[in-house]
Amino acid sequence: MTNEELKTRITELVPSAAFEEGGEWINVNVDPGEWPGFARQLRSDAGLQFDYLFCLTCVDWKTHLAMVYHLSSTLFRHNLVVKAKLDNHTPQIETVSHIWKTAELHEREVYEMFGVNFLNHPDLRLLILPEGWEGKNPMRKDFEDPVNMIKL
Amino acid sequence: MPLTSAFSIPFSRFDIHKMWSLTDITTNIHDWLNETFSPTWVLIIEMVIAGIAVIGLFAVLGLVLVIMERKVSAWMQIRLGPNRVGPKGLLQSLADTLKLLVKEGLTPGGADKFLFNLAPIIALVVAMLLMAPIAFAKDFQLWNLNIGVLYVSAVSSLMVISILMAGWSSNNKYSLMGAMRSGAQIVSYELSAGLSILTIVVLAGSLNIPDIIYSQADGWWIFKGHIPALIAFVIFIIAVTAETNRAPFDLAEAESELTAGFHTEYSGMKFALFFLAEYVNVFIVCAIGATLFLGGWMPFHIGNWEAFNHVMDYIPSSIWFFGKTFFLIFVIMWFRWTFPRLRIDQLLNLEWKYLLPISMFNLILVTAIAILKWHF
Amino acid sequence: MLEEVATSTEGDLVINVGPQHPATHGVLHLVITLNGETIKKVEPHLGYIHRSIEKMCESLTYRQFIYVTSRMDYLSAHINNHACALCVEKAMQIEVPERAQVIRVIMDELTRIASHELWWGAMAMDIGAFTPFFHAFRERETINDIMEETCGARLTMNYMVPGGVMIDLHPDFQRKVKEFIKLFRSKVHEYDELVTGNIIFRSRMKDVGFLSKEDAISFGCTGPTARGSGVSCDIRKLYPYDVYNKVQFEEVLETGGDSLARYMVRIREMHQSISIIEQLIDNIPEGDFQAKTKAVLKLPKGEFYTRVETARGELGLYIVSEGATTPYRIKFRSPGFSNLSALDTMARGSKLGDLVAMMGTLDLVIPDIDR
Repeated sequence: MTNEELKTRITELVPSAAFEEGGEWINVNVDPGEWPGFARQLRSDAGLQFDYLFCLTCVDWKTHLAMVYHLSSTLFRHNLVVKAKLDNHTPQIETVSHIWKTAELHEREVYEMFGVNFLNHPDLRLLILPEGWEGKNPMRKDFEDPVNMIKL
Repeated sequence: MPLTSAFSIPFSRFDIHKMWSLTDITTNIHDWLNETFSPTWVLIIEMVIAGIAVIGLFAVLGLVLVIMERKVSAWMQIRLGPNRVGPKGLLQSLADTLKLLVKEGLTPGGADKFLFNLAPIIALVVAMLLMAPIAFAKDFQLWNLNIGVLYVSAVSSLMVISILMAGWSSNNKYSLMGAMRSGAQIVSYELSAGLSILTIVVLAGSLNIPDIIYSQADGWWIFKGHIPALIAFVIFIIAVTAETNRAPFDLAEAESELTAGFHTEYSGMKFALFFLAEYVNVFIVCAIGATLFLGGWMPFHIGNWEAFNHVMDYIPSSIWFFGKTFFLIFVIMWFRWTFPRLRIDQLLNLEWKYLLPISMFNLILVTAIAILKWHF
Repeated sequence: MLEEVATSTEGDLVINVGPQHPATHGVLHLVITLNGETIKKVEPHLGYIHRSIEKMCESLTYRQFIYVTSRMDYLSAHINNHACALCVEKAMQIEVPERAQVIRVIMDELTRIASHELWWGAMAMDIGAFTPFFHAFRERETINDIMEETCGARLTMNYMVPGGVMIDLHPDFQRKVKEFIKLFRSKVHEYDELVTGNIIFRSRMKDVGFLSKEDAISFGCTGPTARGSGVSCDIRKLYPYDVYNKVQFEEVLETGGDSLARYMVRIREMHQSISIIEQLIDNIPEGDFQAKTKAVLKLPKGEFYTRVETARGELGLYIVSEGATTPYRIKFRSPGFSNLSALDTMARGSKLGDLVAMMGTLDLVIPDIDR
């Protein structure tokens, strides 16, 4: 599907979706509450078939967090970027690890680095950080570590 | 008498008795001792000489085989190998031994100290015991035992005890897994090794090692015994490679899986004893292979080509023995540096589904050949 | 922590493979639940070499951050640098001279061969054959020498900069590369004789560590790992960058999905890389090796994503820019991280010895996973 066709199809699925202009791929902003249903449709819809989640990350915008999902279809070769705004203090969103298995480890990484709570995640534990780092989120912009971080 | 062995088998057809032999020297020593001391002291002195000879041979073999392994592997891996200590690095293994001697022998905290320290000693003792019935040259043998071959099979089985002991007492999961693998492997492969040894026993009609060697005076069994002897030889080499835990059957050590297997926790001289025992075991199984299939110290004889056989007799018997043995050792080293390692289930499948049935059938075939006198 | 995770439950044997273990080729820590020799569960514990490169990059300029990425997947250092350069060029719309593009592709492919050579030796070592390692290094050393002449470094080259390459090629470069191609062609049959055709090797690799096509896609596997399962995912073909659309090469696909298929993909890829280099080495155009760029690079506000094919798979670089001289947020989508996630599915039910072989065919580079 071309980007225009994708846009119309996605608007049919999620009427509230907001598109961002610019960039080579279309960017969709969805509400975290709508995300689980939308994700399932993206994966299973016959015309979309986004079966390959090639990047899952989070951006700390200081006022809020934004989950960024980069999706691709190995069948149709179209790409899509889905974003979901999360609250800064109690960020939480439904997991997609049962739809795209790769999300399991990526979500664990985002969980420890940004403190995003993934609901219904099968095994939400620290992956990279050692014990005792729960609750500290080093990739957040307000993270301070006077010992190990050197300000240039 | 420990140092000499008096036996005579009427092989008058061949002049092998005229071969250069160590008998004169040993008899002279024996006579001189008898003149000087009482018979009891003679026995004790001869025992001491034999003991020192075994320990000396043991140490020299360890050093030689380690440097040989390193040089062979270097040659196969397009590199130089040790080349700093001594001429062309030949003293490297001596330096290594010195290092291991002065290293601290650690015992891990949760280990069973008694068994942990006993295991390498058992490994060493077993390897030493195996030296006894081997004929290193014409008429040169520590113990001419009438069941020599059976003795070797029986004593070499004790090796597994030291490995299991080491693996269990180390209190380490890797060690334990290595030991369990090794137990399964050695017990299985002993069957094939035993059966292939039996084929030669059947052909030679004796368990006595000198008898087996003299029976090859008109040709080695690998040539005389037709294809079944060849099959037995191949199975024997595979089985003893597995029995000595050498690659491609080194699952007990399996560096990339179990770090070092049963000797993970050993260091210093205790590790060196395992290391030494492994190499001496390789030497012994190769010596047994050379004795059974390639005629031991027996020169290369062809039927009754008198002239040819006579020329061959000029080469000293010990050179024949060590030449054959080291050739087999080289083959086993060649395996190690070429093949990848098998998996545990493949290893056991190979033994129980292929080697064991083949060697059983082979044994029946050889028995028929022996009874019908089809061999040369 | 080690004590805790290694406590066995329900009578199973739980062993720690790593962080220091001969088969993990680095500081990967796998907690393996075993039933006898059969694997019930594999659980990766990461972070032993995590340097938080993403956080570091937030305070480095667009010229500086490239050098940090060499230390991620150090065996594909050139290709990591390439991804960064491409992303900055895309954002700033810098036109890269043709000469630089060709040089970059040649360097990428040399890196890929060097990486696969190392993988081949290390994997053979994992399954117990020690000799292939030295044979692989014979050829790899030649590549390193070529790199050293031009880039000044052997492993972390830092040769690519936004707008082209740092310095021009060494005068001997073309001759040396041609000599290398000759050497490689004369020696590559040894690889098959020594390892590929070996019956023990085949029985160790065949039908082991099966990864279905669906799983490969779902786990986000890329590179030879996914192509061994028949997933077409070569970024060089799908989204060509620099001069990849001008050279003839074939995307290597195997359908077996087992360790042997992944092995064969990498072996065949080396031949494809050689053929790409052969097509380009005589046709390096004259001209500049670097576009004229400003001393201080400022990316426009926005989000930029670049994908390149490293020796291990798809490397994604996601830059969020606020228009400053340093990135606001950088995310490296490293191929090893996703490939590793498939290990548990692949390994369940196989023997401990197979796990080592599987890890070998995944070609894991730990700094790439941990970043």
